[in-house]
Amino acid sequence: MDIVKTDDLTFWYSDPADESETAAAGEKKTTVFEHLDISIEKGSFTVVLGHNGCGKSTLAKHMNAILLPCGGKVFAAGIDTSDDSRLFDIRRHIGMVFQNPDNQIVASVVEEDVAFALENMGVPQDVMRERVDDALKAVGMYEYREHSPSQLSGGQKQRIAIAGVIAMRPDCIVLDEPTAMLDPAGRREVMKTIRRLNRDNGITLVLITHYMDEAAKADRVIVMDKGKVILDDVPQNVFSNVDMLKEVGLDVPQSTQLMYAMKNDGFDTADTHIINEEACADYLYELLR
Amino acid sequence: MIKTEGLTYTYSQGTPFEKTAVKNVDLQIEEGAFVGVIGHTGSGKSTLIQHLNGLIKPTSGKVYIDGQDIHDKSVKLRDVRFKVGLVFQYPEYQIFEETVYKDIAFGPKNMGLDEAETDKRVRETAALVGLDETLLEKSPFELSGGQKRRVAIAGVMAMRPKVLILDEPTAGLDPKGREMILGQIKEYHEKTHSTILLVSHSMEDVARFAEMILVMNKGEVFCYDTPPNVFTRADEIAEIGLSVPQVTKVFSLLRQKGIDIRGDVYTVEFALKTIKEYIARKDGKNNA
Repeated sequence: MDIVKTDDLTFWYSDPADESETAAAGEKKTTVFEHLDISIEKGSFTVVLGHNGCGKSTLAKHMNAILLPCGGKVFAAGIDTSDDSRLFDIRRHIGMVFQNPDNQIVASVVEEDVAFALENMGVPQDVMRERVDDALKAVGMYEYREHSPSQLSGGQKQRIAIAGVIAMRPDCIVLDEPTAMLDPAGRREVMKTIRRLNRDNGITLVLITHYMDEAAKADRVIVMDKGKVILDDVPQNVFSNVDMLKEVGLDVPQSTQLMYAMKNDGFDTADTHIINEEACADYLYELLR
Repeated sequence: MIKTEGLTYTYSQGTPFEKTAVKNVDLQIEEGAFVGVIGHTGSGKSTLIQHLNGLIKPTSGKVYIDGQDIHDKSVKLRDVRFKVGLVFQYPEYQIFEETVYKDIAFGPKNMGLDEAETDKRVRETAALVGLDETLLEKSPFELSGGQKRRVAIAGVMAMRPKVLILDEPTAGLDPKGREMILGQIKEYHEKTHSTILLVSHSMEDVARFAEMILVMNKGEVFCYDTPPNVFTRADEIAEIGLSVPQVTKVFSLLRQKGIDIRGDVYTVEFALKTIKEYIARKDGKNNA
C-alpha cells in the first residue's frame, strides 16, 4: 500500500517581484515540477537526493499539504491533500521534521514541547502523558523530559522535534535535511533514532538529505534533478551511476568512488555496486590476500 | 606566524558553571600554511580560534601573531583583527548592507583604504568567489543561500588578512556548493599565500585540502601534523569520536583481516595507488 502518492503532480512558484503585465499573462512563473508520479510504500525507508533547487523540499512539502499542487493530485494516507476539511487528518498521519532544530521548538520544557500537538488535538490528559513518555523513550530523550530545550545539543533538539511528531502516532515522517546543521555525533544520534522507528515501529520514512552515507542505508533512493526523477532504485544500483551523479552535482560514497577508480584502471572485477566500507574491504581482501 | 604558549581559557571562572574550554595549548603555525582544524562539538576548537584575533582574552598563556603578543599594551587589537580575519559559522546572517558591493567593501573601507583600492579589492574578491559583476548592485537578501555565504566570505577576504580563519564555511550546503567554496578558499590561498585555518567536521574535506591537520580533543591539542601522519592514527581518531574518511576505514578493516597494507590512506586516489603498490610488491615476491 502507498502511504503517499503523487499523481501527475505539477507545481510552480509565481514570481512575486513580477506582478506586472507579464505575470498577469501567467508567463512569469518558475516551474518546479511537471507531471511527477511518485509513490511511497508503507513501512519503507526512502531517501530523496538532489542538489539545492532540484525540487526535493518542494516535493516534501506536498506530502503533508504545506503546499498544494498547481496541477495533478497528491494523496497522503489515502486523503486528497487539496481537501481542506481533512487537513488535520493529513498532518496527523504524515509528520514533518525540518532542518533547523532551533526553529521547531516552541515550549520551554522538553515534555511540554512534545505534548504541544497533542494538546492542539484535544487528546485526554492520561493518554497524552502515556504518548509523550512513549515518544520520548523512542528517541532516547526520556531522562531529559523536564529539561529546558535551550540547553540541549542540536542532535538532541532534533530528537525532541521527532518525538513531537511521533507522539501523534503518524504512519509516516518526512524529514527535510534533519542533519544538515548537526555535527557528526548529532547526525549519528538522529540517524540511529529514525532507523529504529522505521525498523521497530514500522513508521514510513522519507528522508531528504545531502549525505550519501545516510542514503546508503535506505531501502530506496530517489535522485531528483531539475524537478524530474532521474534515478529511482535500491542504493547499490543508484550509486553505481557514478558519472551521472557527479554530473548533477552529487557525491558518491568513497567506497564506490574507489571501485569506480579501480575499474577505470583496469581492475575488471571492481564492482561499483559496493557502497559501504565492509563490502569494499571484503572485495579488496579477496583481491589482495 | 601564529604561536600560542600555554593558552588556557576558562568560561565563567569562579562560578558553579566554570568550564575550562582550552587547556595549555602550545601551537606553532607556519606562515602560508593551510591548516584543517578538526574536533567534535565541545572540543574547544571554536574557543581556540576566537583567541587568535583577540576576540577572547586567554585566562592564562599567550597568543603571538607575527611574533607580537597580541595582548601587549603596545599592540592595537584593531590591527590584529585586520591581520587575522575570522569568518564565523553561517556568516550570511551577518550581512547587513544594501548591496553586495557595499557589503564586501565594508571591511576594506574600515581599514581606511581609498576608493580606488577598495573598488579594486571588491571586484577582485567577488570574481574570486564566483560572484558575477551583475550581482554587485543587487541586494544581498535577493541572493540564494550559497551566494550569500560567498558574499560574507568575500567581505573578509577583501581585507586581505594575512591569516584567514573560517569556522565551518560549508555547513548546511549541498555537495556542489561545498566543493565550490572549498575550491575558492584553496584558490585564494594559492593566490595570496596567506595562512588559512579551516574548521570543519568533515575529515574527508580536510584531508583533501589541508597541508596540516590540527585535531582538538577535550580542550587539548590531540595532534598537529601532516594528513598522512594524522591518518596513521585513524583508529585513535575514531576512538575520540571523530569520523575518519570511508577509505581510511576500508584500509583499517583490511589490516584487521590480516592484510599488511598501509593504514594512512585517506583519499580515493591514494587508495588506488596503495592497492597497486601492494599488488606489485606481492607479484614481485611471488616471482622471486
